[in-house]
Amino acid sequence: MSKRVGVEVSIACADAVGLCDVDVVAAYPITPQTHIVEHLSELVAEGHLDAEFVPVESEHSAMSACIGSAAAGARTFTSTSSQGYALMSEICYIASSLRLPMVMAVANRAISAPISIWNDHADLMFARDVGWIQLIGEYGQEVVDLIPIAFRIGEDKRVLLPVQVNLDGFTLSHVIEPIIMPEKAEIQKFLPPYKPQLRLDPENPVTMGPVGMPEVYTEARKAQDEALNNSKAVIQEVFDEFGKQFGRQYKLVETYKTEDAETIIFSMGSISQTAMSAVDHMRSQGKKVGVVRLRVFRPFPAKELFDAIKGAKNLVILDRVTAFNGGEISAPVALEIKSVLFDRKHHPKVGNFLVGLGGRDVTVQNFEEMVEKVAAAKDGELGPYQFINVRE
Amino acid sequence: MGIASEALKNFKGFNLKNLPDVEPLSPGHRACQGCGEVLALRLAMKAIGTNVVVCSATGCMEIITTPFPQTAWRVPWIHVAFENAAAVVAGVESAYKVLNRKGIIKQPDTVFVAYGGDGATADIGIQALSGAMERGHNFLYMCFDNEAYMNTGIQRSSSTPYGAMTTTSPPGKMSIGQSTWKKDLPSIAVAHNIPYVATASPAYPVDLMNKAKKAVMVPGPAYLHIYSPCPTGWRCGIDESIEVAKLAVQSKVFPLYEVIDGVYYLSRKVAKPKAVADYFKPQRRFRHLTEADIKKIQERVDADYEALLKKCVEPEKKEKEIKGTEMSVRLDGA
Repeated sequence: MSKRVGVEVSIACADAVGLCDVDVVAAYPITPQTHIVEHLSELVAEGHLDAEFVPVESEHSAMSACIGSAAAGARTFTSTSSQGYALMSEICYIASSLRLPMVMAVANRAISAPISIWNDHADLMFARDVGWIQLIGEYGQEVVDLIPIAFRIGEDKRVLLPVQVNLDGFTLSHVIEPIIMPEKAEIQKFLPPYKPQLRLDPENPVTMGPVGMPEVYTEARKAQDEALNNSKAVIQEVFDEFGKQFGRQYKLVETYKTEDAETIIFSMGSISQTAMSAVDHMRSQGKKVGVVRLRVFRPFPAKELFDAIKGAKNLVILDRVTAFNGGEISAPVALEIKSVLFDRKHHPKVGNFLVGLGGRDVTVQNFEEMVEKVAAAKDGELGPYQFINVRE
Repeated sequence: MGIASEALKNFKGFNLKNLPDVEPLSPGHRACQGCGEVLALRLAMKAIGTNVVVCSATGCMEIITTPFPQTAWRVPWIHVAFENAAAVVAGVESAYKVLNRKGIIKQPDTVFVAYGGDGATADIGIQALSGAMERGHNFLYMCFDNEAYMNTGIQRSSSTPYGAMTTTSPPGKMSIGQSTWKKDLPSIAVAHNIPYVATASPAYPVDLMNKAKKAVMVPGPAYLHIYSPCPTGWRCGIDESIEVAKLAVQSKVFPLYEVIDGVYYLSRKVAKPKAVADYFKPQRRFRHLTEADIKKIQERVDADYEALLKKCVEPEKKEKEIKGTEMSVRLDGA
């Protein structure tokens, strides 16, 4: 049985990638992703991991090399953040359209300008429409566990899609947490060797990435859309198998003290831990508050999310990105949740708060303020969204 | 002896009697009539053979060969985007390396080829190419240079020659046409200290095939810069591609040479050069140029050729060192 030891989450994340017998890592350094790729290159240099580490000259080439590697049948990993994601994004769309499994850890960071190396979810939101599966870790153990889970989901022949594992930059990537590192043999049992459906092989030539004329483009996109839609069931199945084998059970949507909650805070990532502390504090004052967080943002688990929030009168929805949409509609996370509510003709009071941008702390007091604002608001007072903890 | 010379010491060149039968790029593709680029690509692929993975940049050679559900490729082929063929091939090569090492596959002799047009190579993809060459991946990159963005409709690239008319370098009262001199891509490749760099032309098919073959025999990065006549973009006759390609070499505009382990060897010495004006004549992209313009270009071509000759070792020395190179020159005739 593995022991729980204190380790930096980035290092543990890289060790987890190593446990997955990854074949090729192509990566370019960017803060705050660096510790992940540095440790992977160390593992290769020391002979602990038999892989090719390709130190490419840009994130754009990182994703391009990952596509080449995955298309040639290798288990492939990369990692990036923020501007690096933005640079590689053109190619990220193609990775998912070519249906090539690979895993990318994204140490979430704000997008310029002003340039900021600190954490928010601008890159995570930016990446929501590139056709990848998006998993979001809240704490170190979860990040470690999500790496083999991500490979297993992406390589499942019912899915065949690339998978992102998001972890908050610095606030999660650079903290030391108590983590149980799974045994290699256990991971090998959970994650069988990668058997590609098709690979670039002279003995069985295929053409990948052809021209799609108007007669076939829509069909190709629909097939890809269905793959992502169908992945939801596979994700839960893989979570369950992981839970059975390792004793740590994950769900698409996590709830905390929501059974009788009148107000539910909706969050994603490491900030959810502060949200839970705030809930404990408010509960001690007799306030019925709970937290819901998503572990999976794409595919968006609408049914599971609705089941988790349908009992609440008030919703506090956090967006960790600026919307830039004209100010008359909500920011992206709230927009998606409002769409879930609209489809089900359910209309709680919704406050959408833009918080924690570019590394700004979000405190227990901020959560209390948001909960109070929504509870006290009359219909229509909350507006599409508002900033919290901001100087005018 | 350098690594390329070592790898090529037993090289037996193609000649008109032993041309390979294989056609990795099949007929039936949708290239324009008279396309010199697809001809060059076909010849290179014949020489490279079938134990290959090919990575294509976006461009004419991509769209004309793979309109889904059809493909002209009989070898594994992947297209990802415009600017990244060299990065994609780096990923493929890395995957093969580790999968062979781990015993997951047993394909140690497969070769890796990326190609793009001059826009994909000289402009948008130069960073990916530079990175892949610097890292030393074992691959061949072929630039099919038709001297403009032909796939999007004849826009200028940094490989468009001085004075040429394109749709974004139109001649006019205030413009000569292309106002900059052609970027010297082979020199940029040479500056990466890679083992093999060469220029080639479909007008000299055996020479082209020998160079493609050598390029994949050499371990590490190899770069082939291939002159690719485009009647559509150059406004010449569809039956004039090869004639124009010959004139390019004979007028010293596009000299054929190899750089093996950093040493330059002229593949074809132009004894009685034709005038640049003769090369321009069949091509309407140059027809607006004045005599003074052409004189200026002639001077530049002469100077560039002299500079190249100074870099090249003597042909006799070359014959001694590199078997095969000279043979390809002899068998090409003319």
